[in-house]
Amino acid sequence: MAITEENPGYKWVGTRPIRPDGLEKVTGKAQFGADLMLPGMLFGKVVRSPHAHARIVSIDTTAAEAMVGVKAVITGSDFPDLAANGAHASDIDVASNAIAREKVLYEGHVVAAVAATTRDQAEAAAKAVEVTYEVLPHVLTVDEAMADGAPLLHEGMITKGVDPAPENPSNVASKILHERGDLDQGFGEAHVVVEREFTTKPVHQGYIEPHAAVADANTDGRAHIWCSSQGHFQMRAYSATVLGVSPGNLKVTAAEIGGGFGGKTVIYLEPLAVRLSQRAGRPVKLVMDRDEVFRATGPTSGTRIRVKMGVSEDGKITAAEVWMAYEAGAFSGSPVGAAGMTAIACYDIPNFVVEGYDVVCNKPRVAAYRAPGAPMAAFAVESVLDELARDIGMDPIDIRLANAAVEGTQASYGPKFPRIGFVETLEAIKDHPNYTADLGPNQGRGVSAGFWFNAGMMSSATVHINENGSATVVTGSPDIGGSRQSMALMAAEELGIPYESIKAVVADTETVGFNDVTGGSRVTLATGAAVVDACRIIVEDLRARAAKTWDVEVDQVEWVEGQAQHVEGTQPPLSLNDLAAKSGRTGGPISANASLNSRGVGAGFSTQLCDVEVDPETGVTRVVRYLTAQDAGRAISPDYVEGQMQGGVVQGIGWALNEEYIHNPDGVMENPSFLDYRIPVASDLPMIDCAIVEVPNPAHPYGVRGVGEVGIVPPMAAVGNAIRDAIDVRMTDLPMSPVRILEALNEQSD
Amino acid sequence: MKYVAPSSVEEATSLLSTSPSAQVFAGATDVVPQLRAGRSAPEVLVDLKKIQELVSIVKDDTKWTVGAATPTANLTEDQAFSEEFQGLSEAAGLIGSDQIQNRSSLGGNLCNGSPAADSVPAMVVNGVRAVIAGPNGTRVLDVAEVVTGPGQLSLEDDEFIVEFEIDRMPERSGDAYLRMIPRTEMDIAVVGAGARVTLAEDGSIEEAIVALGAVAPTVVRVPEAEAALVGNTPNEQTLSAVAGAASEVCNPIDDKRGTIAYRKQVAGVLAKRAVLIAVERAQQRNGMK
Ligand SMILES: Cc1cc2nc3c(=O)[nH]c(=O)nc-3n(C[C@H](O)[C@H](O)[C@H](O)COP(=O)(O)OP(=O)(O)OC[C@H]3O[C@@H](n4cnc5c(N)ncnc54)[C@H](O)[C@@H]3O)c2cc1C
Repeated sequence: MAITEENPGYKWVGTRPIRPDGLEKVTGKAQFGADLMLPGMLFGKVVRSPHAHARIVSIDTTAAEAMVGVKAVITGSDFPDLAANGAHASDIDVASNAIAREKVLYEGHVVAAVAATTRDQAEAAAKAVEVTYEVLPHVLTVDEAMADGAPLLHEGMITKGVDPAPENPSNVASKILHERGDLDQGFGEAHVVVEREFTTKPVHQGYIEPHAAVADANTDGRAHIWCSSQGHFQMRAYSATVLGVSPGNLKVTAAEIGGGFGGKTVIYLEPLAVRLSQRAGRPVKLVMDRDEVFRATGPTSGTRIRVKMGVSEDGKITAAEVWMAYEAGAFSGSPVGAAGMTAIACYDIPNFVVEGYDVVCNKPRVAAYRAPGAPMAAFAVESVLDELARDIGMDPIDIRLANAAVEGTQASYGPKFPRIGFVETLEAIKDHPNYTADLGPNQGRGVSAGFWFNAGMMSSATVHINENGSATVVTGSPDIGGSRQSMALMAAEELGIPYESIKAVVADTETVGFNDVTGGSRVTLATGAAVVDACRIIVEDLRARAAKTWDVEVDQVEWVEGQAQHVEGTQPPLSLNDLAAKSGRTGGPISANASLNSRGVGAGFSTQLCDVEVDPETGVTRVVRYLTAQDAGRAISPDYVEGQMQGGVVQGIGWALNEEYIHNPDGVMENPSFLDYRIPVASDLPMIDCAIVEVPNPAHPYGVRGVGEVGIVPPMAAVGNAIRDAIDVRMTDLPMSPVRILEALNEQSD
Repeated sequence: MKYVAPSSVEEATSLLSTSPSAQVFAGATDVVPQLRAGRSAPEVLVDLKKIQELVSIVKDDTKWTVGAATPTANLTEDQAFSEEFQGLSEAAGLIGSDQIQNRSSLGGNLCNGSPAADSVPAMVVNGVRAVIAGPNGTRVLDVAEVVTGPGQLSLEDDEFIVEFEIDRMPERSGDAYLRMIPRTEMDIAVVGAGARVTLAEDGSIEEAIVALGAVAPTVVRVPEAEAALVGNTPNEQTLSAVAGAASEVCNPIDDKRGTIAYRKQVAGVLAKRAVLIAVERAQQRNGMK
């Protein structure tokens, strides 16, 4: 079901052709990160800290180096000391996370790496690296990290964003604050006020493909890296920083990627593989095991969030007060900033204070995860809004409609919203049959909404017309959500040739202009706009060539459905095939580049409706029905848009019900496997119904907003609100696992 | 590491008694992950699936004989077996996924020694016996006696299970197995409960066996629940006695998969539900309902 504001009569945009990467993937030909084999290639293995927090007293590599097959062993001292070189703090953190120098800050932190002829030799050598640690006390949660006298991760960390600056260091990296109006007045005007406190656990992006990198270094300082990432230009930049070389010395080729969700925008293995390859004089492959993926990559923050909100009798939110603390893991940079900006962005609220803290602790450094920071804040805010609606007896969609941000609303984070489609997503839910479907015993229904900015940033594209009139669309944006199909569909629309005549590819860092990461739901918007620009340059060129052929002015030539037509019809049309075949006589190859820094991102909103059934005797919750409505702006490829919408929901359901990092008191992760870190399996889920809403983004040639992230913002509260409806218990701690639900039910009946 | 695939029971036992660090395997769905995780490193891996009697299902008038290495998929797909032992078949059908069940065996499920193994409570309530081969011939042991603790067996290093004997289901009887997992599949039982009942002609319960998994170091019987059921119908009072006895007999651990309190409470719930299903099956099978 789609709501299309107007039907622009597109021929290709909005269709559902066969995905271009499907065949290679299902036949096993696609080359993922770990698939590349090079002649003479060595296998690497990383040595990781068994402690959550410790000083590295010494590392003895002699035994490992003496072992059969071992060709290289590296430690932190094999990399430039960026702190000593006065580098930027964020670069120092990237380097220190890639390989520890003085201290290890979490269990799984890299301390050394080895390369050997076989995998078994590498594993044995990794075990033979002798690291002496002085174990330090650790902190695992924001509560522990913010407590008085807590052990410090970074002795010099002074909280930013506090005036005057604190005198003493702490684990609080920064504070954020957004304020408007007068809180006391707002709460004074409220008919009902609800306040609740919530906690969430770190959760992992859960991509199926573990991180992998192959590096082949030359003796002249150059190196070639193949890796699975969400941005090979970013991998190049970070690797160059850690290795202390010019980015131009590194060439990075993007492998096919088996999921990223934000977690593959950061480096882990790449600089280690390059250094090992340099030391060994041979190509080196590093591949993480699943437990390494859990212990050392991702996740997103665990949080503690307090929300207090008041509403008038007719459901107008009069005031909101939000306090939140987000775990950053070992280095500053939790997504609390985005959380603060998104927490109440769905609503037009006159009085609010949103206060947030970025807190370091002895867990892996958090990485981006779909709409970073927004889902936890939405869990808290949307749960409280649900309580308020119940207290005043208002329909959950109606209370959201009564407060919804619309075009012209001043967003809680500053700017005025341009045309947005939040109201349309609310209406799409209300109009859907699921909204009034009958509920069985122990079943309940929940509504929740979410906001995400979507990003623009920098992209480049090149379009080549081949000699038979087919086209190759080249970008540097790794395809994690179907972007090759979307690029080809937009190019088909622009050039007026069939989708099947277009091949979209992802080129390496030396073959196409710069592209920022595939993240922030930005690729179809920004890289797509670059593709459209390049196609339009080509169409101009084709018109000029036709004009030259016909000896007429360019303005006498139109480009219609893949052919040049004379406006007065005095010439037989020239198809793209004709022009391509004759390109040698009309100016040479037909090709164009476009690069841009995208402006005019279109914010994304999603409203979701969830029905659950709770077994009151075991606490097991099953999702029985689910509907997600999301404003795509324009669904270039509806199949992939639905895939993104459903994917976000599925990850959100996992986050809501079962996913969590479990650490023992020593700070060691207890569940680093997909057996005990429970992402949903197919049979856990009903069909996720999708309502694509299309309120075009005026700043994009096709109205694209970006769809990859906002879908994960509402699910936790949608599930929690449905559980509340089913069993009368408000769950405030994630995950809402059977154990927690049964505990809550027991308390309720006591 | 060496792989060997003997074709007879004798060949296998002599291999085991001559190679001290040998380990048998059937589907290897436990063995391979354990090797990968570095939790075991046998010098010789003995594949049992090439021995004919270990991969077979035979029925006679008094019993079923199921080869210890038979893929559980063969069992769940055997219609006659699955109709007679619905609970045991369902328990075997819970193991992993279709892919896993094309390899996993009852012998492996039992001898892996996990307290959470799904088929074991269902085998225990059905009084299944293991036929064990060793250098000095074969012996027979109740399945309930095979596992003595997590990963601990009463088998000698040079013994292995050849087959399971399962007496034919008596008249007016039914079995059931339920497990609690947070997901719907691909998970480990947090609590498992098996039950089998035989009804008297008047419809009251003549015999009952209740066994729990994942709530103690080994699968445990719940004699007090059994006693509460015998001579009664499954009414509210007897069922709450069953639940109470089941919770009482638990000796679970607190771990990442569940708390002690949760396991105890849910053991009671599942025991009660399993008994109800078993009774219903017994009634249906004899046209009482
Ligand atoms: C993805 C996945 C999901 C799983 N899900 C479940 C589940 O839901 N429920 C569950 O209970 N289990 C589950 N398991 C565990 C496993 O599949 C079962 O325990 C299975 O029944 C083991 O059978 P196997 O034939 O593969 O055993 P193997 O791995 O071959 O052997 C297991 C152990 O038993 C020993 N052994 C095997 N056969 C004999 C014999 N005849 N005599 C003596 N010793 C023997 C072996 O030496 C080994 O120690 C799962 C495993 C995986 C990988």
